[in-house]
Amino acid sequence: MNMKWDNHGMKTPLARARGLGASHAAVPGWIRLRVTAIGTAVLSLWFLWFLSQTIGTSHAEFTAKLADPRNAICMLLLIIAAFTHAVLGNREIVEDYIHNEFFKLSKLVGMYLFFFALATACIFSILKIAL
Amino acid sequence: MSQSAPTKTQRPLSPHLQVYKPQMTSVLSILHRMTGVGLTVGLMLFAWWLVAAAIGPGAYAVFMNFAGSPVGMLLLFGFTLAFFYHLANGIRHLFWDSGLLFKIENAYKAGYAVLLFTALMTAATWYCVLNKGPYASPSVTATLTAAEAEGETR
Repeated sequence: MNMKWDNHGMKTPLARARGLGASHAAVPGWIRLRVTAIGTAVLSLWFLWFLSQTIGTSHAEFTAKLADPRNAICMLLLIIAAFTHAVLGNREIVEDYIHNEFFKLSKLVGMYLFFFALATACIFSILKIAL
Repeated sequence: MSQSAPTKTQRPLSPHLQVYKPQMTSVLSILHRMTGVGLTVGLMLFAWWLVAAAIGPGAYAVFMNFAGSPVGMLLLFGFTLAFFYHLANGIRHLFWDSGLLFKIENAYKAGYAVLLFTALMTAATWYCVLNKGPYASPSVTATLTAAEAEGETR
């Protein structure tokens, strides 16, 4: 399990330091988590406005509002940003607290598959309503 | 002497989590992760809502019926609370990522601001929901009654 630590004899100190965090690939994930955080934060303000317009309306009124391209596009962007952020955030927690490689990988793979399926269902639903 | 069984050396132990007095900074930090996981669960409700709307009025009414039930309202209230907390504290984290608010008093002030924002926004949202939202509006009462009727005929 620890083979990966054993062959860094020829590496520069920087190359050795890279990828030594719990995730073994920190920087791109770190940036993506922040970018999706900003995206989700901005889009959730739109989402609050959208809810205030649609909450308590009938199914027909709700789907008509969601079918407006501006709303449908914002909703799609929100789903992409929020689901990516959720997966990355949960991944950070799993990597910090689950130390057994096998359980860590099973948890991550299961999580990716589940949220990819959930996000796809959401995207398909919006397209079905809007198109 | 060296042949005798090794005696257990009494080394100093580093203080573990449970002996620390909970501090605002540490409590807010773990709350950020807990609300994050909570919001992930909320995404499942969110997905149900959208998929139900795509399926049709019947499925949508079932969701709205659940959302209006005590369990549904409790979940949605928790979702609102977690949402505003995670939003505000996430912005506090973005300040830290930019190298700001690191002075301990500023970290605390921002922490109190996060708590105040969460309380005010959650209260304001639910004030609107309960007074102008689905629980006060006739059209959803109609949707709910339709769902109940549908449930009875099944």
